[in-house]
Amino acid sequence: MSSVSRRKLITTGLAATAGVSGLAVASRVAHRYGLIPPDHGGLYGIGQTLTYASQRLLTRHSLAREFPRSQISARPFANGKPPQGDDFKRLEAGNFADWRLAVDGMVARPASFSLAELRSYPSRSQITHLACEEGWSFVAEWIGVPLAHVLNVAGILPQARYVVYFSIQPDWSDSIDMADALHPQTFLTYGMNGGELPVGHGGPLRLRVPRQLGYKSVKYLTRLTVTDSLKQFSSESSYSWYAGI
Amino acid sequence: MADSACVPSLAAAVPATTETPRHSALVRVTHWITTLCFFALLVSGIEIVISHPRFYWGEAGNVLTPPLFHLPIPASRSSVPTGYGYVLPDQNGWSRSLHFQSAWIAVLTGLLYAVSGLLTRHFRKNLLPAGADLSRRAFSGVIANHLRAKLPGEAEASSYNVLQRLTYLLVIFVLFPLVIWTGLAMSPAIASAFPAAVTVFGGQQSARTIHFFVSVFLVLFLLVHIVMVYRAGFRNRMRAMITGRAGAHKEHP
Repeated sequence: MSSVSRRKLITTGLAATAGVSGLAVASRVAHRYGLIPPDHGGLYGIGQTLTYASQRLLTRHSLAREFPRSQISARPFANGKPPQGDDFKRLEAGNFADWRLAVDGMVARPASFSLAELRSYPSRSQITHLACEEGWSFVAEWIGVPLAHVLNVAGILPQARYVVYFSIQPDWSDSIDMADALHPQTFLTYGMNGGELPVGHGGPLRLRVPRQLGYKSVKYLTRLTVTDSLKQFSSESSYSWYAGI
Repeated sequence: MADSACVPSLAAAVPATTETPRHSALVRVTHWITTLCFFALLVSGIEIVISHPRFYWGEAGNVLTPPLFHLPIPASRSSVPTGYGYVLPDQNGWSRSLHFQSAWIAVLTGLLYAVSGLLTRHFRKNLLPAGADLSRRAFSGVIANHLRAKLPGEAEASSYNVLQRLTYLLVIFVLFPLVIWTGLAMSPAIASAFPAAVTVFGGQQSARTIHFFVSVFLVLFLLVHIVMVYRAGFRNRMRAMITGRAGAHKEHP
């Protein structure tokens, strides 16, 4: 073996060792600061982790852009069909007077809220962009109560890491980390463009997560679960869990 | 194809083999990683675009608003009116994940290439055109050669002409940064942290439309690039980009 190739071998070996131990340290630091998304495994785990980690470092406290009233889209597109189940139709016939939002899991005081109770909390509004992963979007005024307010009423336990939220539509749920759950623009939304939230847009109750793509803004919310692990809520979705993109 | 027939005097002046590689190891490795990422980005980008083959200008746009233009192709979502009686299979889930993972690898590879290109003076030595080459006369000479479909001489086997240099600089320092920037500008989280990155384009839908056109330009570049490599001697040029050696033998395909 010539000395040049031996030197190359040693250099390469050192570089590889440094690289591997660097990655190990990075992984520990990332875990400690909550920079690893639940879908970090698998074929696209590297991309999901890089996106989530870098955006958590850059955007943890940033506010979604808000627009002047003049930029509200005249014709917002309501994607999908309203729920076809009998339970939804019965609640809709009663003008959603009996609609409830259950809050359970890692909270001090599990509770169930009526729409009237949610409306009695301090109301906020935001004029933000809703962008679908398909490529289309619209700007609307969203009216509701910050999710953080309701979570504080229920009392989040210190070990809480995620909020899982469920639609009345079977098999439709999603989850966000506490950075988005406690973000001041994450709303339990019951109003839109000055009126009630139309059924087509998720009425009577929709979560709005304006710093993520539209699919995280699940419609027809009936239940929130605060948890420290998403293992039992695993879904088959091939879409990124974190959709700040 | 006898490359040397065009410029026989130069062919004699330039040695066929040199000690220094035609392309450095770093250029070769980053070239092929970028190639792989580009194909992954292209395939997944096409998959994503067929879910909504309509383009808008400004901040917002959807099927209820008039598009700037639309691609006359079927869509993978039934909500998009295309005029076709069928809906293509929806492949957005893995396509989006592949798109962003490839983008990450391409961006990190591109950063490595750009930083080392500055440190090793690769850009200045090999890509920045000499002042004399930018004169109207030298420029029109190169263009005339191109238009006459004149094949590159041996001198160009070890260096780039002014058109190549300008094209590579445009791709490396304008098109790639622009396609990355417009891609990031579509992200709601990035837009929240860096709003000016979006407003400079006029809105998120404008960024999406520009992203599409820059991608089209990159694909056009790729096609021309492949045609030129083929015309200049496919095997020699491929060998140069894989092993680094320009090749001692003339090619007779």
